[in-house]
Amino acid sequence: MNLRKLTGVAVAAVLALPMFASHANAYELVIPTLDYRTGPYAPNGIPLANAYSDYINLLNERDGGIEGVKIKHVDCETGYNTKKGVECYENIKNTAPSRALAIQPFSTGITYQLIPKSAVDEIPIFSMGYGRTSAANGKVFPWVFNFPATYWSQATALVQYIADQEGGMASLKGKKIYLVYHNSAYGKEPIRTLEALAEKYGFEYRGLPVDHPGQEQKATWLQIRKERPDWVLMWGWGVMNQVAIKEAASIRFPMDRFIGVWWSGSENDVLPAGEAADGYLSGAFHAAGGDFALHDDIRKYVYDKGMGAGDRDRIGEVLYNRGLVAVMWTVEAIRNAMKIHGTKEVTPAMVRDGFESLEVDEARLAELGLKDFTYGIKITCENHEGPGRVAVQQWDAKAKKWSMVSKFYEPLREITAPLIEADSMAYAKENNVTPRTCS
Amino acid sequence: MAFDLFLLEVVISGLMTGVMYSLVALGFVLIFKASGVFNFAQGVLALFAALALYDFLAEDGWFFAVFGFTLPVWLAIPATALIMIFLAWVIERAVLRFLVKQEEIILFMATIGLAFVLEGLGDLLFGSDVKPLDIGIPQGASDLLLDNFNLYVEKLEIVAAATAAVLVTALAIFFQKTRVGRALRAVADDHQAALSVGISLNKIWVIVWSVSGIVALVAGIMWGSKSGVQFSLSLIALKALPVLILGGFTSVPGAIVGGLIIGVGEKLAEVYVGPLVGGAIENWFAYVLALGFLLFRPQGLFGERIIERV
Amino acid sequence: MFYRENGQFKSSYSSDQAIFPIAQDRAFVIGILLVAFCGVPFFINEYWANAILIPLLVYALAGLGLNILTGYCGQVSLGTGAFMAVGAYASFKLVGFFPEVNYLILIFVSGLVTAAVGVVFGLPSLRIKGFYLAVATLAAQFFLIWLFNKVGWFYDHSPTGMITVRPIDFFGVRVTGPEATPAAKYLFTLTIIATLTLTAKNIVRGRVGRSWMAIRDMDIAAELIGIKPLQAKLSAFAVSSFYIGVAGALYFGVYLGSVEPLEAFDINQSFYVLFIIIIGGLGSILGAFLGAAFIVLLPILMKNLMVGGFGVASGTAGHVEILLLGALIIFFLIVEPHGLARLWQIAKEKLRLWPFPH
Repeated sequence: MNLRKLTGVAVAAVLALPMFASHANAYELVIPTLDYRTGPYAPNGIPLANAYSDYINLLNERDGGIEGVKIKHVDCETGYNTKKGVECYENIKNTAPSRALAIQPFSTGITYQLIPKSAVDEIPIFSMGYGRTSAANGKVFPWVFNFPATYWSQATALVQYIADQEGGMASLKGKKIYLVYHNSAYGKEPIRTLEALAEKYGFEYRGLPVDHPGQEQKATWLQIRKERPDWVLMWGWGVMNQVAIKEAASIRFPMDRFIGVWWSGSENDVLPAGEAADGYLSGAFHAAGGDFALHDDIRKYVYDKGMGAGDRDRIGEVLYNRGLVAVMWTVEAIRNAMKIHGTKEVTPAMVRDGFESLEVDEARLAELGLKDFTYGIKITCENHEGPGRVAVQQWDAKAKKWSMVSKFYEPLREITAPLIEADSMAYAKENNVTPRTCS
Repeated sequence: MAFDLFLLEVVISGLMTGVMYSLVALGFVLIFKASGVFNFAQGVLALFAALALYDFLAEDGWFFAVFGFTLPVWLAIPATALIMIFLAWVIERAVLRFLVKQEEIILFMATIGLAFVLEGLGDLLFGSDVKPLDIGIPQGASDLLLDNFNLYVEKLEIVAAATAAVLVTALAIFFQKTRVGRALRAVADDHQAALSVGISLNKIWVIVWSVSGIVALVAGIMWGSKSGVQFSLSLIALKALPVLILGGFTSVPGAIVGGLIIGVGEKLAEVYVGPLVGGAIENWFAYVLALGFLLFRPQGLFGERIIERV
Repeated sequence: MFYRENGQFKSSYSSDQAIFPIAQDRAFVIGILLVAFCGVPFFINEYWANAILIPLLVYALAGLGLNILTGYCGQVSLGTGAFMAVGAYASFKLVGFFPEVNYLILIFVSGLVTAAVGVVFGLPSLRIKGFYLAVATLAAQFFLIWLFNKVGWFYDHSPTGMITVRPIDFFGVRVTGPEATPAAKYLFTLTIIATLTLTAKNIVRGRVGRSWMAIRDMDIAAELIGIKPLQAKLSAFAVSSFYIGVAGALYFGVYLGSVEPLEAFDINQSFYVLFIIIIGGLGSILGAFLGAAFIVLLPILMKNLMVGGFGVASGTAGHVEILLLGALIIFFLIVEPHGLARLWQIAKEKLRLWPFPH
């Protein structure tokens, strides 16, 4: 019996560890990350997580943190699994001394999970360009931020790009635009917007779902081959992207008429298809490539000291840069919170205020070593989506490089705004949230 | 495109996909036949084999780091096969040996544990990135058929079908003509009787796991060439389940015929019925199809007749 | 020395047929219940409730349900995830239709709905056996999840197909959503699970339970002694699905709060619950709890030990964690193939003699 009791005590002690661990001397800013370096989506999770870790190390090494306050990076492995995500969130949210200042779940499922909790725990969620689109309505979701653009804005941007290639919005009439989507909450996001767009501009829309994980898409692409849509959009994730690009190439679908969402446009997605992926398009809100001043700093201050999280030559991959821009905005929000509240010991609630009045313009980007990396953003109380601008990038299989091939399109707010209003109000009604007034 | 030609295309694609499923299902059948173990780890074995093969071929692998050169494809494949044989030996030594004569479900659970171990080990050893596997299998649609007959068939799948044919023939010869093969069949028929005539069960298990590891290697190559080698590769095991159930757990031809039926069935359903109900029906349709067959033949198409005695 | 039944004489039929005929067992169970009901709620915090105890209880309940079908009646099922989804979606829709009705009643009705669905998918069990039967439940798994994901009515036409629980009060105490206190959520779950566990214990030692076990051990023989396989198998499917449905409703309402069918209830969920009962012990009520503890807690324990204790990078720890979990599963199966519940039995046998083994 003794042994069992002892084990029991040990178990309890270890389970209790996260609650008592970490007693710091000086104030530190806790930035947690929910990583996924395991599981089916690990290839995408790794560069995102590496970028977070590298940027935080850079700030700690180069600037001594944010405005001189050290950053404490707490990471937790979710495997892109919602249940593990819940455990992670509960584990890290109260990390001393500052509590988690902002949560970046990098998973639609976990984001949905945490949205109701954010208001109660008073921890802001920064679901950068994913998660619940209608969280753009800051009146209903004061604690959730999804700038710089939502999936719905992106859908309108991609359709505008298509219109530009076809010769104007009027020429969309009678065109066929199909959507190949991951059959999950994430993949279904653009459907309503596309339906609204199809109605307004008179193109024919059809959605073709692909089940997780998406290794077998023969039936989908046979239908595309038969019906020959003019354009195919894709909301894919993980192995689904690689297979889709290969299948598209096999049926000789023109790659420059095949546009992925920004989660379907990284090196991981196109490299396995080799030459066949040449010309493939995808949405983007930031540049690819590792030759910005910030990257040089990361190499110098982090990798040269042997603190790099990943491979040195993978700095600058699309998803790495996505992680960078995410952590950069988070840090700027913390900086902004310090300015507004006049203290360096910010709390999550202050960081929320920091997000809500965040302004990172081109000049500031240049200061950060990210000149022309992305566009300037300005967040307000009503609008948590920010500018919502999206461009299209293209893959060059020979040079193995992504490059922007379009301007940044403004979203068609007349399409998305009513949808956002309707969905956020439905949420408010179901959960007894009274929308606050801004101004 | 003419309607009939499209139907033909769907059927051919279905057959080809079915062959791809069969490659995975074969590994299950071999182990189940000889040892009554439902090997949950088969998918992970395919992943592990593909990872190991990639390691021999790529410049960022262990092999290159240790020896400073990479292997050509014709050497890398046998080398990986050797690794799979070694793995089979380890599995027998460390796991199966201790679980002889346990119930099926316990052995099944043990293979799940094994799947976890291999999954963690694979990630730790080789990393979780997507690894493009190119061993020279032609990619894309067959130009000859597409240009002349407007018929779309993928080259990779033609290769897969040919490989499967060779594999099944080889297995058939192995089972029918060789000494070891006969011993395997004896064990499959009756463990006790086989033991009593002096067949070593442990040795048989190593052999059958080796063979099925090599089959997993073939499956891993085919699927890995298609999507790149990554964790998701291990999930193809799920696609093999309806094939297995339909064909019967103990029948090699069953795995092939089952694969073909499931492949064609689910593609036809997805393409012709899917659009009416919103798509993505192929997954459950495969099971419903298998269920339909089972209601008439509860032991699967080619399964051994279940004789019940009190 | 302490665990010994000498001197405990049964003088009536009712005491002979008590659930826990041995006084020490009774005291042990009552003690655990006391601690669980009266002790834990005072100390529980959000981490313990949301990350450890509630998932543990919910999975134990699902395990219990599956154990009734697989462990007691011998019918292998890989449709647990889908049946949990039925419970979850039934409770979601019912709360939407009848927001005034007591939540407990709605959960109960969700269980009944699941039981009905379970019986339908259990029908093939009359013809198909063993691993082959898994196909019928797998068909349920993939078909039902597809249905919930596809038909807008189930998720109230939300744009993404996710369902989110409404804030629900149970006798004036909030039990769902983020505003519910950890203690309220925990006690609500615990009460349901304790009641259902007690019920299950009684069902399996009664006539129905015995007919299930007869079917499991040899169905032809059972038929010969007058057990109707139709009744026995379908009742097992019904009771099992009821339990799983209630577990699903709690999993959605109390534990997660918002779910997406393809991720929360996929085939892995079915396997997960199956692992729980195999590791815990087939055909054992206690086994479901021990198995759930093993499968739910061990990974968290290992993670906290590696990341918090030894400072291993979280990614590496993730890989090592799954490797170790696999190794431990194999180890336990080798040590005791009949599950943790059997280990517990053996420990009790030993305790009987301890400290004088002769």
